[in-house]
Amino acid sequence: MPTSYTLVIKKDCPTCALIEPLIGELAARCDGRLSVYVQDDPDYPPSYPDRIDDTSLEFSYRNQIEIVPTLIRQTQGSDDVSRIIGWDKVQWREFTGIGDLGADLIDFKPGCGSKTQDPGMDELLALKFGDTQFNARQVQVSESQDIMEACFERGWSDGLPVVPPTPLRVMRMLGGTDRSPAEIVGQVPPDKVDCSIEKLAINAVMAGCKPEYFPTVIAAVEAALQDRFCMHGLLCTTYFSTPVLIVNGPVSREIGMNSGVNALGQGNRANATIGRALQLIIRNIGGGIPGGIDRAAMGNPGKYSYCFAEDESDSDWNTLAMDRGFEREESVVSLFAGDGLQPIVDQKSRTPQSLAKSMALSLRGIVHAKLYGLADAILVVSPEHRRVFRQGGWSKEDLRSALHAELVTPGADLIRGANDVAEGMPAGFKDKLLNKFRDDGLHIVTTGGKAGMFSAIISGWVATGERGSQIVSQKIL
Amino acid sequence: MISQTTLLDPTAELQPIERQLLPRLSELAGATIGLLDISKPRGKEFLDEIEKHLLKLGAKVKRYTKPTFARVAPTELSQQISVECDAVIEGLAD
Repeated sequence: MPTSYTLVIKKDCPTCALIEPLIGELAARCDGRLSVYVQDDPDYPPSYPDRIDDTSLEFSYRNQIEIVPTLIRQTQGSDDVSRIIGWDKVQWREFTGIGDLGADLIDFKPGCGSKTQDPGMDELLALKFGDTQFNARQVQVSESQDIMEACFERGWSDGLPVVPPTPLRVMRMLGGTDRSPAEIVGQVPPDKVDCSIEKLAINAVMAGCKPEYFPTVIAAVEAALQDRFCMHGLLCTTYFSTPVLIVNGPVSREIGMNSGVNALGQGNRANATIGRALQLIIRNIGGGIPGGIDRAAMGNPGKYSYCFAEDESDSDWNTLAMDRGFEREESVVSLFAGDGLQPIVDQKSRTPQSLAKSMALSLRGIVHAKLYGLADAILVVSPEHRRVFRQGGWSKEDLRSALHAELVTPGADLIRGANDVAEGMPAGFKDKLLNKFRDDGLHIVTTGGKAGMFSAIISGWVATGERGSQIVSQKIL
Repeated sequence: MISQTTLLDPTAELQPIERQLLPRLSELAGATIGLLDISKPRGKEFLDEIEKHLLKLGAKVKRYTKPTFARVAPTELSQQISVECDAVIEGLAD
């Protein structure tokens, strides 16, 4: 049976240049049953005019060429297809049956990477030649339009520019997860519409995420959709609150999240865009438009993005995820319905006892100093304050117990009218002892730069517990 | 030749169905009006006043309460109101 050969080369490859003199000989010896595909220059090699232009890389992609030169041998009428790569004189002679092939050449030279292996090329070629189908509607924007403005005009933005969600970018984002683009994650409020991984990817692109952030975005959405988080009510409320995302575990370090200097501030792409992606998903998929269903009286700047990682450098300090029942080595995102950041300045306390009392004083003030059990809170302990507890031999649980003890207050001091302030607890609490926080209402995390004896409070939504929102955690897969 | 860029729609691509209002009540006398307290402070006082006016106009009144203002009404409650009442007034208060 006749045997045919296919050779894939590129001009920008010294090994291809090495074997170029052999192409004509090989073609002659197999009666012209040689096809030569060239990846980067249709005029190359000038010595072999019958070359085939593969600058589109379609042939190379469809035939999974990884190295050039690749020589493929097929016996007609048979399924026997085999290939060799690079230049190995002994191997080429055996493969072609030409015993004196390349007598003038060196014995061995490895090949070069195929153009199909250039960075980013895989998704581009998959989009052009693969069988990927997007379910999302395709919107055509003319070159005469500013593409950034086109996104604004369609109402897809939170007010800041978004990355235009081209099919190529979305395909790359989908490469960040093994989950099927068609998989439905759940129903996103307030419109309660089915939400696919593909739609999440589109919004993650727009938020500016890298594909490696995408599993965290997916987990954040799944957390937001847990019934106990009450995302629908949180979106609709006239109050300030919004989802606060706290990431724990190896993923936070692998994707370069900030848990150090300025952790709750600007400047880190992962922190900024993961939080933003969740907001865009609620807006674009769920239909949660400010002034529409979102009725916040003032809102807060965290509604653009409110996401940070916990500092897990101290192995004696349990992470938030561990408090929620996960292992230290699990990657987890937790969502808390919170609002602005309230600083705690304490540069004098050198004992855990003093610092805990100091923090409790500040915690009393959240929402209103006379309203107890109304909102949850996150206490964000800075590394310098954490050092005070560590040096004093206190664990995180010691701190939590001390805070709860400090935050018990006689109802007589809190009821409406007490201390000449009309606001306060109902009169029925007058003879009771009240705790500022419900059980499981005070969460403790640690993050931030190593200098500064400042901790902080993230105050929670005033609809808490089963009647409102409770903290939720979701493993990042 | 002007080229085009393709973008993928990030929205739910909903095509809202335009809903028609139900026929309005021609009179209140004899009608059953539901009063739904969403569990916000002072909701009861507000609805008490509405109830007085409705009773004067000859309507029957049924009272309902949502478990919490922070969440949407349970489906069972919505269905109960739709079965038992000709119209409903929701007491949003604070």
